[in-house]
Amino acid sequence: MVAVSEPFTLARQRPESRRPSTTLLRKLMTSLWPRIEPLLAQVQKPARYIGCEDGAQVPAHAPGKVAWLLVYPDAYEVGLPNQGLQILYEILNERGDALAERSYAPWVDMERLMRHRGIPLFSVDAHRPASDFDVLGFGISAELVYTNVLNCIDLAGVPVRAAERGPEHPLVVAGGHCAFNPEPLADFVDAFVIGDGEEVVGDMTEVIRGWKASGRTAGSREAVLRELAQVTGVYVPSLYDVEYDGPFLRAVVPRYADVPEVVEKRTIADLADWPYPKRQLVPLTEVVHDRLNVEIFRGCTRGCRFCQAGMITRPVRERPADQVRTMVTDGLRRTGYDEVSLTSLSSADFSGIDGVVAGIINEPANCGQVSLSLPSLRVDAFTVGIATEIQKVRRTGLTFAPEAGTWRLRQVINKLIREEDLYGAVESAYSQGWRRVKLYFMTGLPTETDEDTLGIARLARRCVEIGRRHTRGASVTASVGGFVPKPHTPFQWFGQNGVPELLRKVNLLRDDLRRERAVQLRWHDPKATLAEGIASRGDRRIGAVIEEVWRRGGTFQEWTEHFDLSLWEDAMASRGLSVEWYVTRHRRDDEVLPWDHVRAGLHRDFLWQDWQDALREHGIPDCRWTPCYDCGVCTGYGIEHVVASPTPPAGGSQGTGQDLSRGDAVPVTLLPVGGRA
Amino acid sequence: MRLRVRFVKLGKVRWTSHRDVARMWERAFRRVRLPVAYTGGFSPRPKVSFGLALPTGCESLAEYLDVELASDLDGPVEALVPRLSAALPTGVDATAVGALEAGAGSLQELVTSCTWTVELPGAGLGDAGRLVREVLDAGALVVTRERKGRPVTDDLRPAVVSLTVAGTTPAGAVLEAELETQPRGVRPGELLAALEPSIELGLVRRTHQWIERDGARWEPLPPQATDAPHAEARAS
Repeated sequence: MVAVSEPFTLARQRPESRRPSTTLLRKLMTSLWPRIEPLLAQVQKPARYIGCEDGAQVPAHAPGKVAWLLVYPDAYEVGLPNQGLQILYEILNERGDALAERSYAPWVDMERLMRHRGIPLFSVDAHRPASDFDVLGFGISAELVYTNVLNCIDLAGVPVRAAERGPEHPLVVAGGHCAFNPEPLADFVDAFVIGDGEEVVGDMTEVIRGWKASGRTAGSREAVLRELAQVTGVYVPSLYDVEYDGPFLRAVVPRYADVPEVVEKRTIADLADWPYPKRQLVPLTEVVHDRLNVEIFRGCTRGCRFCQAGMITRPVRERPADQVRTMVTDGLRRTGYDEVSLTSLSSADFSGIDGVVAGIINEPANCGQVSLSLPSLRVDAFTVGIATEIQKVRRTGLTFAPEAGTWRLRQVINKLIREEDLYGAVESAYSQGWRRVKLYFMTGLPTETDEDTLGIARLARRCVEIGRRHTRGASVTASVGGFVPKPHTPFQWFGQNGVPELLRKVNLLRDDLRRERAVQLRWHDPKATLAEGIASRGDRRIGAVIEEVWRRGGTFQEWTEHFDLSLWEDAMASRGLSVEWYVTRHRRDDEVLPWDHVRAGLHRDFLWQDWQDALREHGIPDCRWTPCYDCGVCTGYGIEHVVASPTPPAGGSQGTGQDLSRGDAVPVTLLPVGGRA
Repeated sequence: MRLRVRFVKLGKVRWTSHRDVARMWERAFRRVRLPVAYTGGFSPRPKVSFGLALPTGCESLAEYLDVELASDLDGPVEALVPRLSAALPTGVDATAVGALEAGAGSLQELVTSCTWTVELPGAGLGDAGRLVREVLDAGALVVTRERKGRPVTDDLRPAVVSLTVAGTTPAGAVLEAELETQPRGVRPGELLAALEPSIELGLVRRTHQWIERDGARWEPLPPQATDAPHAEARAS
């Protein structure tokens, strides 16, 4: 079963500094600020630790309130803009029976000082020690932060292994997209949240409030976890046994009759009910995505087969256009930002996107100095109209993601963008004054041939040629990332390319583009792709690997300067685990997958059929605008798409080859024009 | 129309950088709808210029910025002081606003020296007095620093206009130093480190910026009702 954890002999720091005196700190209930401030002159970017953001809250702690410390396990400047964390921060602080503060992974220089001085993980809001909280809630959006999760738990003064925790320790909870394969972190996390967090944090608060009120007596931890397991969307891994059959899984089975065999994800039916964040945090120091962010829809049914987000967040739930406008105008006025991003998985697919974009740019209340960015723009929906509007103030970077170099391979991955669509979008951009366009691609995709790989170079060259008709200095940046198959996608059965094969493909492109000065090629380190692959589809046995990488100092693994593949390879070898078996091996149809007991609503049959369609180079259309193919989500959960228009915004075929200009017989809930009842 | 603003930076926010403060001001100007002039071109920037950068971690009672407006203001400029403070983060507050005459020079060119207070944690008045005498008695205080990849040596002693023991706080003795800013701004930390490399400084606070010309000396904004009490009368 689970490997026995080693005694803490490999502790990264001196044992006496590892566990701060939690009882003493709890008694004092004082801010750690007087002990933190003297360290700040000795660290890089001290503003990471001060809090004070506009929108930050300093909630009052009370015995009747469940205290959540929401932790983003990465550097402050990456974690602060995370919208999921900010949404839950507001929702919890609005409740009478809960409060939330925030914490981020201290950078390595600060961590060293904290451990040396015995300072535990603290909140940036009131600089309270983690031991003042009942719950440590992690938001996890990437696999390579797993070692940081362990580090934060340890810094909080809590045993990293769930089995070693007692009633005096906070509950360790984790959510985010990575929770859809919870197994690699199962030994360290008490409860996972699967799906949208808006409602479930309230349900959990009610359960945990009872635990807190009962005085957290001996044995109560098991009881509260058992109760949490009854909440839809909550997975408590310690209540499940994993049975193996050699290297394969036989089953993951609940240990008690009242614990669900399969954990279903939570989904909020209507984004309009959740206009969060209402007071987006405005940091005092530079962070990524330093702008107003307004989520315009959640979910995506384009059906790109590599995209985990698009599979696990179905169905599509649009925010009403009026609410988007209000959130943008109020948000800009309150924050003073001059840039707003309309976020979603494919922003140009929002019903009436042209009108919303024009409305924001031309709104007098926005002072005429607002620039707009639309992340995840699909080329088949990017029109001259949108290009004209968004370049009025400032030309933000323009990125398109064809993902694959040939139409054949794009049919395999179901990114149904025709070459003409891409060239049309690029032409729109260059004609409106852009001089550089970024293109995102993946390599190592199923069925990829060298012709497909070299298709990336061909597309990039062609885009430069189009650009030169408009501007002499036209250039293209082509970014190539190695493909990592993700759970709950049709590609979950595919054996990932190994490091040598990915390197070979990158080198093919480098050689081909060597003399092409207008095309700048960038690629993601294939070694990091491999480590991500270990964690992405790992099972519970990978937990020991993550723990060993952490104990050997492997934190901040998504940062190039700290990433070290040998830590991962050594840890795999020392546990007798095969990298090939976990990463590059194709899975069989009848194999039990580590996340089979966690459900995103997608029928396994549907995913397998879609995988077979991929291998046959068959695309499938977007079910928002065409008849339902029953992936399982809407029918299984009794929910529907919420979209304002039955036809695609840009009309046409959207690359599907079908006539999408008429929207009847489409199973969507139509929003009334001009707002909601 | 150009405005000059005096502001303070106190408390936790002292750990933000000069660039961070510039961004805070840009957001505050937009929040109060000040008609700031923008540069042209691909990436328009607001026309705001800051004086001498305050080192990260220092407090200040006397920061300044100049901002150019695209149109004149309705109403008195003083009314901006509370509005700006309300739009700024805790710890950053405007304390005075004045209109600049046409052709007024930039803060970088005009300011000739700054007054600082420096806390010496654990130091008694006697220790502080000895330190002051050592600095004042030194013929030269030479430091070597890297500039554009090359070592550059500087004598900091001529930049010391005055150095005294100002008093003591529970943390330790406090020095007051006036240091020149031309040809470059000398910081109190580097001055004391030139004498004692391992010296540990407590809170460092800029209290004044001075413009001195032809024997006269004044602050970049004249004292006025909204001003902090430390401002001294114009010396001309």
